[in-house]
Amino acid sequence: MPQSLLLLPETPSQTAGPYVHIGCVPNHAGISGIYADDPGQSPFAKDAAGKRITVTGSVFDGTGAALNDVMLESWQADGDGIYAPYQGWARMVADAHTGQWQLDTIKPGPVGPQAPHIALWIVARGINLGLLTRVYFEGDDQLTDPLLSRIDPVRRVNTLIAQETDPGCYRFDIHLQGDQETVFLDI
Amino acid sequence: MIKPLIQRDHAQHPPAYTPGYKSSVVRSPRLPKLSMPSTRTEETGPVFGHDVLGPQDNNLVINYTGQSAIGERVIVHGRLLDANANPIAGALIEIWQANAGGRYRHKKDGYLAPLDPNFGGCGRTITDDQGRYEFLTVRPGAYPWPNTVNDWRPMHIHFSVFGHAFGQRLITQMYFEGDPLIARCPIVNTIPDPAAIDRLIAPLDMACAMPMDALAYKFDIVLRGTRQTMFENRPEGL
Ligand SMILES: [Fe+3]
Repeated sequence: MPQSLLLLPETPSQTAGPYVHIGCVPNHAGISGIYADDPGQSPFAKDAAGKRITVTGSVFDGTGAALNDVMLESWQADGDGIYAPYQGWARMVADAHTGQWQLDTIKPGPVGPQAPHIALWIVARGINLGLLTRVYFEGDDQLTDPLLSRIDPVRRVNTLIAQETDPGCYRFDIHLQGDQETVFLDI
Repeated sequence: MIKPLIQRDHAQHPPAYTPGYKSSVVRSPRLPKLSMPSTRTEETGPVFGHDVLGPQDNNLVINYTGQSAIGERVIVHGRLLDANANPIAGALIEIWQANAGGRYRHKKDGYLAPLDPNFGGCGRTITDDQGRYEFLTVRPGAYPWPNTVNDWRPMHIHFSVFGHAFGQRLITQMYFEGDPLIARCPIVNTIPDPAAIDRLIAPLDMACAMPMDALAYKFDIVLRGTRQTMFENRPEGL
């Protein structure tokens, strides 16, 4: 018998459910006084260098309805393409009425051959395992990006490209199902 | 040091489309995910300093008002490990739960059971150098939920867990040993492998119970592992 190669199996995922706000953004959920602030309110300090941008979007289900209970997290490099441990992460919750979320951040720089991008992680009731995707930006050079170049069919690349609606303002909608289903990642 | 992540074993997890849990039907992606080796983006992740924590953040019994919440007092503790059984130190763990009657402090929860004026329902901590964590809370009540006409959630605590890499991010739920509702729960049963379900069930841990004070349950959490070899031959940023 050779030696064993056993790894510990990962703990199974379970849905974040409809009450994820209680644990992750309690002040937003109206539970004040336990944490001074909800974590991840802003990915960068106010005086951080870089170009300020806004990414706005909604997460749509298979019926075309925007999820009004979804929570997203973002993780990104700074303007120079550097991942720094105490910045670059944020939490966004959809508006309970409109289902729209917004990220106010700094435009990330390219990371080696990877085009500028922001990683997004999406959890909600009905989502059994958090969904990973990426926001890329209209107008950037993306020819060498190793992730985008793997997408087949090529027309689905568009699901990862945020559209600039006004200078510095990007729109990024996520479709869980249907003709426009967003490319989700297993990385 | 930043290390590549080991590919995720999806057999441990629920698939996206699980019609027994109706909310998944319109919220499940249907196309295959794009698979590729991890990059710097997934191998790095946010770090949380102990300075974010308040002194009572991991004590749900008193952290809402300072007065004791109603319910069976329980310690929930365990270790955070990676697939190679290495402890994950300095990681943020957040939990949330219903009160002892099965009611959440949330505007969308209209269950008959009353709110407990002294129970908020959230807590957080950061793992120590051995990957250990500990919470004091009250045992959450089971509660009914709209799925089929008579579905009930077993007693459970929601866990949100960070590792050292964004690609290790995990949300899950802990169940309590011996609860007959576990086997009947459509959300539990989204997980196809019974052995994987067992890993979400915390055993009663009398060795850590505090006499005349609190029972204890032990819940170890395993995140994705990283490749352990030293050879690194790839372009910067990948
Ligand atoms: Fe719950």
